[in-house]
This record gives sequence, structure tokens and C-alpha cells, in this order.
Amino acid sequence: MTISAEDVKKVAFLSRLKIEEDKVAATEEEFNKILNWIDELNEVDTNGVEPLASVNENFIALRRDEVTDGNIQEEILQNAPLKEYGYFAVPKVVE
Amino acid sequence: MAKLTDLTIAQSLDGLKKKEFSATELNTAYIEAMENGRSYNAYVMETPEKALEQAKVSDERYQNGTARALEGIPLGIKDLFCTKGIRTTACSHILDGFVPPYESTVTSNLLNAGASFLGKLNMDEFAMGGSNETSYYGPAVNPWKAKNDDRPLVAGGSSGGSAAAVAANLCAGALGTDTGGSIRQPSAYCGVAGIKPTYGRCSRYGIIAFASSLDQAGPVAKDVRDCALLLKTMSGHDAKDATSADIAVPDFEAFLGQDIKGLKVGIPREYKVDGMNPEVVKYWEKGTEMLKARGAEIVDISLPHTKYALAVYYIIAPAEASSNLARYDGVRYGLRVDGEHLDEMYVNTRTEGFGKEVKRRIMIGTYVLSAGYYDAYYLKAQKVRRLIRDDFHRAFEKCDIILTPTTPTPAFPIGDKSMQENPLTMWLNDVFTVSVNLAGLPAMSLPVGLSESGLPLGLQLIGKAFDEGTIFKTASALEEDAAFKGAK
Repeated sequence: MTISAEDVKKVAFLSRLKIEEDKVAATEEEFNKILNWIDELNEVDTNGVEPLASVNENFIALRRDEVTDGNIQEEILQNAPLKEYGYFAVPKVVE
Repeated sequence: MAKLTDLTIAQSLDGLKKKEFSATELNTAYIEAMENGRSYNAYVMETPEKALEQAKVSDERYQNGTARALEGIPLGIKDLFCTKGIRTTACSHILDGFVPPYESTVTSNLLNAGASFLGKLNMDEFAMGGSNETSYYGPAVNPWKAKNDDRPLVAGGSSGGSAAAVAANLCAGALGTDTGGSIRQPSAYCGVAGIKPTYGRCSRYGIIAFASSLDQAGPVAKDVRDCALLLKTMSGHDAKDATSADIAVPDFEAFLGQDIKGLKVGIPREYKVDGMNPEVVKYWEKGTEMLKARGAEIVDISLPHTKYALAVYYIIAPAEASSNLARYDGVRYGLRVDGEHLDEMYVNTRTEGFGKEVKRRIMIGTYVLSAGYYDAYYLKAQKVRRLIRDDFHRAFEKCDIILTPTTPTPAFPIGDKSMQENPLTMWLNDVFTVSVNLAGLPAMSLPVGLSESGLPLGLQLIGKAFDEGTIFKTASALEEDAAFKGAK
């Protein structure tokens, strides 16, 4: 599979990363090199093989869905670049 | 008497117990070493006052007979572990000034065992890299140099600061993490020992996530015994990490020195790759001979899907990373670069905050997870991942442990052109290490000798899931026979 300049821009947008117009071609080339290499996986017959998402699929633990902490608003906000009235503050979204 | 910083953890504990020196003296010696060793760029944050505070408590405990397992031992912590009240950045600009309000489970286990923390160690940004060169704070420098060549060498990555600090005696031992080889590869490059335990052995709670299905914490240390000591304390089930295994943690130290007669050691034929450094092959053969001489049985094994491991890894790891790193948006912590509106703020923050390699992987991950490509790339990779794991299962029906080189070459110079120009060249350094993460198995790298150019080379021992014991047993035999001498 190959990736186009349009795809590169779309992926950058989905990743919330800015890509300068003059860098698109180089990125496209680099990505195609990587995808080309990844394509070797197509040689492998995976018919009937279940995907493996986690190696410990047999002992995923369940726990009760309980609140175990709280009253830590200050701790949660302590690293916020901008906070107001006990909330995280962001640029205005609604006019 | 030897310098205090030359001692291993086991030797230090012995000296502390016998009151030959105090924890304060030991910590002071390492603090001085750390301050005199800044040219290695191993630490990105020094916390000498914290270490001394902890040492004072340790000295009291030695006095009143309540010393714990690692009482007074000064450690360095990879900057990927959240440490309460101590800046933690994953060596990324995007986490500028982030001070965690909580402690990771692994570091908390070490603190509860009496260890002290000298500071936070350098690493590739978000653990993405194999040379520590993607760190926002610049590369860690390998304490080793090639003969007749003054160029500084990479410490490896991503736990480059951990390996460099241990090799240069800037800490008694260090914490690393390993997603595709990030403990083992730098350990090999710097001539120290490092183990990535079985996935699920250590809790991932409080470790900044890169690729959650692959990440594991592990120790980097001066020798095999120290790895056993540290790992014992680090391990154990944690309700805060659903993937941590509720399996008893054995006393790893008890395996050291055990007889390996009759042990079946597998040599995977697929690891004999083209273009491999002949010296690496030589030491691999030498290691095999050493085990054979002790009565181990050498078994030829096959891991047929090995050649696909890197491609699988470079789909799965970026996919998980793109999802994990979506949280860095300038809202809750770290860097914020303002914009006209919310979306622009996200984009500005992420564009300025992430480095080149991290952006590359976020974009690849986003692409392979995007509609229309998910099945062709991500699902396909997960299927081949199962085949890679099944290969190991089958191999372990014929052998107890697997011996391979850790890396195809010794350490290379910082700023190496061929590595910089093509990301694939850099990624190839992981060729012997990534399969282990995909299969979730434990593996250790230990130094066995020097190349012609005078640089350390490591061998890797891969064990069955939750059988780190056999790794420690075999590693202690190899360590004794190889009689590797450290940098100084």
C-alpha cells in the first residue's frame, strides 16, 4: 500500500499535529518506505489465526467498580497550565 | 578499601549491616559521583537532598535493627516513573514541569524496602528510540569509548541514562523500562546487566505509558545478583494494574549459583542474521560453549516468524502510542501553547511539545488504526503477533531457556549519520529484543566480553513466562565464566 500527500495531511490532522507544506513530500516518502517494509507481513498466512491483543489474555483481572479515592481536586488541578474556579480552563469553545 | 561507589548492592548491604559505613556515607559517595559525572548526561534531575533524607531514616533503622531489604541503597530512576513531588517528564518537552501527585507502584515498592532515590535518569522521549538521542535533554553518553577513537558513543536506548549511570557508578542500581529492548540493549552497550521480567510481573501503575501491551519495568544493575535483589522488591501483584499477575514472586537470589547440568539451552537458527558483526557471533558461540562445559545440553530450535517481529512491533507499538499519547493536549498538565481556539491550542501544543521520533510514531500509529487500514495493518500485526508467541511456546517444549546475542553490534557514535537518515536502520538494532516483548516473556542481557575495538558485548537469555528463576540460574553461570570486567 502507498500513502499520498493527502493521506499524510489527513493523518497529521487526526494526530493533531501541524505539518508544514514543505515537509509533506519528505514525510510521504518516509512513510512509504516504512509501509513498504511493513507490507512484508502480507507473506504470512494468517487464515484462522485469532488476533493477540494481550499476552496475558488468560488472567485479566476483574474488580469491583468502586470509588476508592476522592476529595483530591487540588492535586488533580495542581499541574494544570490554566485553571479557573476549580476547573481546567481552555480557550472559549462556545460563542 | 575499595571506593564505596565500586560496590555492588549486595556488597553495600553487607557493609551497611556490618556498620563498616553508614547509609549517609554511601549516599554521599554516590551524590559526589553523580555531581562529578555530569558529562555523561545520565541524570535529568538530581535529588540529593531527598536521598540524604532517606539515608538518615536508613541509618536509624540499621541502628535499631529494623533495616529493610534494600535499606540505604541509592538508586537512579528512569524519568518514565512517576515519583511523588519530583519532576517527571519522560524526557519530553510536552511534560515540562510536571510534578506527579502520586508514586508509581514499582518506585513505591523500592521506597518501602528502604531504597533512596538519587534522581531521575535520562531516556529517549517517551521511551521511543534506541540511542537516547530523542531525549529533550540530549543524549546520555556511554562511559565506554572505542580504542583509538575519541568519539562519544551512545548509551543505547531507551533506558540510556539508567545503563550509563550504572556503568559509571553514578548509582548503585537503576530502574528502566523495556517495550522493545529498552533495558537489554542499553545494558549490552554499556556493559551492565539488565532484565525485562515477564509481562505482568511488575505493576505498570504510574509508569508513563508508551505501548501498554508491551511495556514492563525492570532493573539495570552492576551484576546478576543485584538484578535479582532489585527485581524481587519491584515485583508483585497490584490491584491498580489489571494486567499485573497475581502470581507468587520467588526469591530470585536463591537461583544464583544453582547447577545447570542437563539444562536444555535453545539456540534459535533464525537469529543468525546476515550482516551480523562477526565478534557478536564469536561471543554467542563462546557463551554456548561455557554453558555446554557446565553440562547444559545445547538444542537447535526454530522461531520461524522471527523475521516479521520488527514489522509487527512497529505497527503495534506506534498504534498503542498514538492512543496513549492522545492525552497530551495542553489541558491538564505539562506544556501549553496557546491558539485562537481549542483545536488550535491542541495542535500548537502537540506540535511544539513532541519531538520528531514521537511525532513519526504517533502518525504511523494513527494511520494503521484509521478506518480502512485497521484490518490490513493493525489486525494483521496482532495475528502475526500470536504466531510469534506460539513459536516460543513450541520452542520451549524442546528447551528450558534460549540464548541469543542482545544486539547485532556494539555501541555506535552519537549522531551517527546512517542511523539519523533512515529510521529503519535505527529500528534494526531491536532485531533480537522485540520478539520477547511481543510474546511477553522475560529476558536478560548480561555483558560477556569486549569487541576488538574494546566495547562491551552482551548476550541475551530468554525464559519461559514467569520463569525468571531459570534466567538467573543460567546468567549467574555465564557471568562467572565470562568474568567480565566493568569500565573502570
